[in-house]
Amino acid sequence: MAVCIAVIAKENYPLYIRSTPTENELKFHYMVHTSLDVVDEKISAMGKALVDQRELYLGLLYPTEDYKVYGYVTNSKVKFVMVVDSSNTALRDNEIRSVSAGDWRTTPGWWMFRKLHNSYTDVMCNPFYNPGDRIQSRAFDNMVMSMMIQVC
Amino acid sequence: MADEALFLLLHNEIVSGVYKSAEQGEVENGRCITKLENMGFRVGQGLIERFTKDTARFKDELDIMKFICKDFWTTVFKKQIDNLRTNHQGIYVLQDNKFRLLTQMSAGKQYLEHASKYLAFTCGLIRGGLSNLGIKSIVTAEVSSMPACKFQVMIQKL
Repeated sequence: MAVCIAVIAKENYPLYIRSTPTENELKFHYMVHTSLDVVDEKISAMGKALVDQRELYLGLLYPTEDYKVYGYVTNSKVKFVMVVDSSNTALRDNEIRSVSAGDWRTTPGWWMFRKLHNSYTDVMCNPFYNPGDRIQSRAFDNMVMSMMIQVC
Repeated sequence: MADEALFLLLHNEIVSGVYKSAEQGEVENGRCITKLENMGFRVGQGLIERFTKDTARFKDELDIMKFICKDFWTTVFKKQIDNLRTNHQGIYVLQDNKFRLLTQMSAGKQYLEHASKYLAFTCGLIRGGLSNLGIKSIVTAEVSSMPACKFQVMIQKL
């Protein structure tokens, strides 16, 4: 369902980026890059919010004609960005309703980012991984692949 | 809990292992503290990633320090920090009246000179945790009377 998944370090350089091979890769790199400004904006706005509104999941960052870009930022300021095909209605419909009701946990987007976060944590806790390096873990790769193929 | 005993035993072995390798000339003498501190740093980075997975976003620096004193300390050492003090200008003092890694040693003055070996790893742990949350710091520890110790965290402003 997702067409591109990226992990961006604290210092805003990519740790991992993968997109569906059928499409123009550069286009997705560009979209992810553009989304970082929106992420920054959302985080700085969130600092003033109440405790229960300080969610790690940022929801929809911005839509384009063909895609929707979703974001998530961990406490360690690592950003996850996911580009989803606009024609995928499963994600969209639920999303808007639940988010306006303030309940993030029922959204499919939240669950996908949780899975991504769990996998990232496993990578971080691997003693052979050097924090800040590109992610080359096969387990992480497989998880991302499964999220790109999976149809909700 | 069994994992607690394992952590204490492993930590003791790490310390003696590092010092033994120094005696055999593998590690430069005096670099042992740095080595232990670096080990702690990496562990802290990994741990904080795991512990903050389900918490809300932190509001500010003080919020992060409170998390370290409560949640982080409880998970690693099974108790909270007893006292947290700050001058609101980037210096925090964390006082633990009964620090886990020192409780197995005699409470007198006998081993006071060896205490710093057993604090280096924890200093690194704090520094690593903070650095992963985006705070650069210098952490030092001091012991005045045995199971109690103080960690001083100096935040490096950019």
